[in-house]
Amino acid sequence: MQEFWYQLRKNKTALISLLYILLLLCFSGLSSLLSGTDPFAMNPEAILSPPSLEHIMGTDQFGRDQFVRITYGALISFKVGFISVGIALLAGTIMGVISGFLGGWVDLLMSKIMEVLFSFPDIFMALVVMSILGASITNLMIAIGIVYTPIFGRIARGAALEIKSAQFIEAARSIGVRQSVIMLRHIIPNILAPIIVQATLSLAFAILSEAGLSFLGLGVEPDTPSWGILLSEGKDWMEAAWWLAVFPGIAITASVLSFNLLGDGLRDALDPKMRNMTD
Amino acid sequence: MVKYAIKRLLWAVPILFGISVISFFVIRLVPGDTVTAILGAHYNEEQAVFLRTKMGLDRSIVYQYLIWIKGVIQGDFGFSAFTHKPVLDSILERLPITLELAFISLVTAVLIGIPMGALAAVRRNSLIDNFASIWGMLGVSIPNFWLATLLILVVSLNLGLLPSGNFIPLGESLEGNIRHMILPGLALGGAVSAVVMRMTRSAMIEVLDQNYIEMARARGIRKNQILFRHALKNALIPIFTVLGIQAGYLLGGSVIIEQVFSLPGIGRLSLQAITNRDYVLLQGTILFVAGGFVMINLLVDILYAFIDPRIKL
Repeated sequence: MQEFWYQLRKNKTALISLLYILLLLCFSGLSSLLSGTDPFAMNPEAILSPPSLEHIMGTDQFGRDQFVRITYGALISFKVGFISVGIALLAGTIMGVISGFLGGWVDLLMSKIMEVLFSFPDIFMALVVMSILGASITNLMIAIGIVYTPIFGRIARGAALEIKSAQFIEAARSIGVRQSVIMLRHIIPNILAPIIVQATLSLAFAILSEAGLSFLGLGVEPDTPSWGILLSEGKDWMEAAWWLAVFPGIAITASVLSFNLLGDGLRDALDPKMRNMTD
Repeated sequence: MVKYAIKRLLWAVPILFGISVISFFVIRLVPGDTVTAILGAHYNEEQAVFLRTKMGLDRSIVYQYLIWIKGVIQGDFGFSAFTHKPVLDSILERLPITLELAFISLVTAVLIGIPMGALAAVRRNSLIDNFASIWGMLGVSIPNFWLATLLILVVSLNLGLLPSGNFIPLGESLEGNIRHMILPGLALGGAVSAVVMRMTRSAMIEVLDQNYIEMARARGIRKNQILFRHALKNALIPIFTVLGIQAGYLLGGSVIIEQVFSLPGIGRLSLQAITNRDYVLLQGTILFVAGGFVMINLLVDILYAFIDPRIKL
């Protein structure tokens, strides 16, 4: 653990990214509690006003303050990101560990299912799931969760296969520890490193997917100020108000970039073997 | 070699079967059925029952699947009641547009990614290398639909250099077609260029450290010749593999980019199918896209084994 912190501290970009994510979360969380920060408050006197001291990111076609809406949107994007990645992580890890540990026909069947799921381009898969479930924030989290499940499955399976024949697992087996207990107590805690790294990188993808699907009108409900919705509304007004099309995009890019950089940093710190794998 | 290709092909069969099962059954979970959607305001029970019987919707779902898959194997993807056309016709009509978009995106990615990556590898830790590593990270973090929006805002609206959307068929005007495809290609190819750049850089660095490059240097071969004939040529294998892997991204990304630039390709077709609740069409497009994706990966794998005979399962 100490070694981990030492490694992570050495990586300045990863540290700055982590700081940015934490600050953005705290700031958005706190500002939603303050008065005068209602993302839905309209102001007919300040319609489409450009960035100024009063509205640092300008206002939209209803005079709503864009800075407030973007910070509110951060909460939505992060919520979708964390819960959907949580779903994918749980489902994928459980499936992967069972598949890798038990082997045999269970492994064959599960691997084939994963491979079939993998063969759908990810946005496409999410689109189909969303069209079945209908546009809402809960459905969006389920859809993105399903899309990223196979990635965790593949990683967990590989990691489980690798430590399955380790001596401490053999030892547990030989004294008659139940298989479910071995998986839960001994295998999962020992394969967490690659899973945590993947979770961080998946958060970046999840935020992108949320924004993309909402941008197409197949994500969160249309009146929710998520980043994708802000951008898709902003695009319609960009001829008159460039700031509506620019700032939501910066917000998305900055967060996605932060999760990507943090994921890279965590990979270097947690698992030196994986360092050059995705380069 | 041939044995490997056959083995890989056989391996794809259960995957394609799985894809067909998912495409068929998942779509059946959509709320509201096609018949209600087709009849719309003219809905009456008698007609609905008639249509359901005619479309085979009153039979068991396994039976419906078997009928459907039999048709698919024979090239019949069904008939869409919305477009009044066989599904395969709609797909084939839209396919060239998506393929052109994908092709231009790949060309963009290669033109930006390979030179940038090669330069960064040769001049390690220089300004160019730093710029490249920033692009390598930023490129995959910028949402393609935002990049598209920015390109429209700056290049079309402010500078008035290129059109902001719509499609002109190749047959009508070559220049018009290309002018309309540049921005979509840039928007979709941007992220791929970052990936290609990273791959080129790391592959080149690896190759440049090899003994035979040292040897070539020692023999006094000119720097450019070493770079192009010896280093880049050998770095190309992993670069092309990465391009194959990006096919899925391009297919998925085309859904959004085609929507932003109003290009009538496969992506837009599937969005249209979703809005119309056109099961038959959606099913067909999903099967086609996922099937195509599997085939591309298969092809890349086989080509890879062909180029580099060490790769065998």
